[in-house]
Amino acid sequence: MLKILRQSPLSARIGLGIVLLNILVAIFAPVIAPYGETTVVGNVWELFSRQFYFGTDHVGRDLFSRMVFGARNTIALAFVTTALSFFIGIVLGFFAATLGGWTDQILSRIIDIIMAFPTLIFALMILSVVGSSVYTLIFTIAVLDSTRVYRLSRAVAMDIEVMEFVEAARLRGEGLWWLMRHEILPNAMPPLVAEFGLRFCFVFLFIAALSFLGLGLQPPTADWGGMVRENAGAITFGIYTPLLPAGAIAFLTVGVNLIVDWFLHIASGLHD
Amino acid sequence: MDKLLEIKDLYIEAWSEERWQTIVNGISLELNRGEVLGLIGESGAGKSTIGLAAMGYTRQGCRLTSGSIKLDGRELFGASQKYLRSIRGTRIAYVAQSAAASFNPSHRVIRQYTEAPVLKGLMSQKEAEQKAVEIYHRLFLPNPEKIGYRYPHELSGGQLQRAMVAMAMSCQPDVIVFDEPTTALDVTTQIEVLAAIKEITETMNKAALYITHDLAVVAQVAHRIMVLRYGDMVELGETREMLKNPKEQYTRDLLSVRTLREEKAETEKEKIILEVKDVEATYTGREKVLQDINVTVRRGRTVALVGESGSGKSTLAKVITGLLPAIKGTITFLGKELHPELRKRDKENLRKMQMIYQMPDTALNPRHRVRTVIGRPLKFYFGMKGQEAEDRIKELLDKIELTPEKYIDRLTTELSGGEKQRICIARALAAEPELIICDEVTSALDQLVAEGILALLQDLQNELHVSYLFITHDLATVKAISDKIVIMLEGRIVEQGGKQEILAPPHHEYTDKLLASVPEMDPDWLDSLLAERASSFI
Repeated sequence: MLKILRQSPLSARIGLGIVLLNILVAIFAPVIAPYGETTVVGNVWELFSRQFYFGTDHVGRDLFSRMVFGARNTIALAFVTTALSFFIGIVLGFFAATLGGWTDQILSRIIDIIMAFPTLIFALMILSVVGSSVYTLIFTIAVLDSTRVYRLSRAVAMDIEVMEFVEAARLRGEGLWWLMRHEILPNAMPPLVAEFGLRFCFVFLFIAALSFLGLGLQPPTADWGGMVRENAGAITFGIYTPLLPAGAIAFLTVGVNLIVDWFLHIASGLHD
Repeated sequence: MDKLLEIKDLYIEAWSEERWQTIVNGISLELNRGEVLGLIGESGAGKSTIGLAAMGYTRQGCRLTSGSIKLDGRELFGASQKYLRSIRGTRIAYVAQSAAASFNPSHRVIRQYTEAPVLKGLMSQKEAEQKAVEIYHRLFLPNPEKIGYRYPHELSGGQLQRAMVAMAMSCQPDVIVFDEPTTALDVTTQIEVLAAIKEITETMNKAALYITHDLAVVAQVAHRIMVLRYGDMVELGETREMLKNPKEQYTRDLLSVRTLREEKAETEKEKIILEVKDVEATYTGREKVLQDINVTVRRGRTVALVGESGSGKSTLAKVITGLLPAIKGTITFLGKELHPELRKRDKENLRKMQMIYQMPDTALNPRHRVRTVIGRPLKFYFGMKGQEAEDRIKELLDKIELTPEKYIDRLTTELSGGEKQRICIARALAAEPELIICDEVTSALDQLVAEGILALLQDLQNELHVSYLFITHDLATVKAISDKIVIMLEGRIVEQGGKQEILAPPHHEYTDKLLASVPEMDPDWLDSLLAERASSFI
């Protein structure tokens, strides 16, 4: 592992640095943040100053402190959600591809039905029924997102499934789990990893959209997507503080994708 | 004679293992109008690299280091991209190995023919189409007026390859580079393509580079032959002269055809391992792809299953292994009847019947290490773990003549084709099988490597008394190793019996055609065969 790290290109190191920085900020949030997450400390939409590094938000809370605390909620939430959606999507996708026949038909049609609804509306429906907590939020987004992952992993697995080494494993009498875990998954890694980087970013935006509609993370909890929404109005007054949480999302996204690129490079065995 | 192509002291390097390595080492050659030069060697000899370099092109990751490539007196080395583009297709053209992969599946064949000449402004669409029909005619394509208007998937492999040759001719180039144009074809279709190539080069007075690894093939079309190995020239000479007395040992190795197995007639005493009785199978439910199949394999024996592609050889393997359940008939293995379906067979039966595939590249998981590939059956069938498994893996690697320490931790992608095939053999052996089904195991390999594999299989059989069911279309392989031969055509067995019995006349009509189609190391073989066939038509 260390050896791989030492051979990593500059871009990957930058990516790692960015992600590490974000994680450190999230862990040490109470130490770094000068004010509390939810305490009102100044006027509405104050500009940058010695007292408030990033200014204040629409109710007068310190934006810097909120961004530091927001890192905790946002990163953990996005990561857990994406990981869960990939787990569900990959397992089901591989199932459908290796078993084929009726299993594939039934799973695929169910997924088609879920995909037929606009994601946001479907999420709203579920969340308004079961209520909005962090867990239901994670689960709902993960399930909805996993439909895309299912499509991709099924298609990729179908390609691999017809290869002779899979046939050889079948002839040996290997069970389903071995086929999926040892024969197909390692070869399906490159496209799935690339998709992970992309999906990870979409989750931020999705949570932000839900927060805006009042069904995402509940105020006064800070999350970056929500903060962009809350403060969007400030832009019309020529105050650019809302760009800062947006910038933080972009920053982290770039970092994650730099790592993903590098990972892809190793996994696919491409050497320029 | 006028020199069309002149390559002098050509050096080409490729980027691999973090540095530039020389892959073509100071090759010089000349090509005159009306002449065909054969480039022959195993994979990695630099044949294709030289063929592409003749067009001023290198594959990605390669570079021309020094030397000179002159086409009709004009230097291509270091010429501008614009100039190179203008000559490619019009003055020098390329025919790739796999025509099926080189055609765009969604355009009609003739459109792909006319694309280049129309684009370069040499002729109008209509003229180009007329010309295409004319050339299809010359290449003996069936129904030349209509065939071009079909899509590539509606043509057979041999027809596509000829259509590809026609495409290369579309702009009337002076030089054509043929890169293994018949390697992917059956012996019977190979003849059609060879005849077409010979017709084109002779009657239209073109020069050609003919790249192949099969000496017998190149002997039919080339005037001179250059033998290459590891980017060096081994020998260059007139075809007849070289076949008569090759100077270098390597050329002699390529020329020699060996018999690996001595004829020993089967006896009734030997135990029957596998008995296939009255088997029928179908893919669609309607059309039967196999009918009335009866085959027996005895212990320690090799049965060769021979036929062209589409004859049902591989399908029969699928039926025996249970991947495609038979709809009629029985398969008896080691005295017990097997369930037609793979999933319902028990582990012990699966263990005793192993399979080795045609393409070692796809038969091994590219993400696995040798240790996993060989270790898995040990764990799966025998529950071996830790040191015990480690020792057994090393023992198996020894058996397939690969140094255990060097190979055990390698990824399968880090092996050559021959090494991969050996690992596949080790994987099969790890299960300690009674029967190994070998599906065209040598056809993707170079001649000398393939011979090594066959010799290894032979040694293993002598040592372990394992039986082989050997599926192949290569009659040289059959001659080399089999005890019994089964000849298949269109899903039926047309003839079967002991090796001598089948190979000695009188033959079944189809067997005769198959045997006659195998190229011989005789430059007059193709001409005499074609003459013979032509006269029999009249």
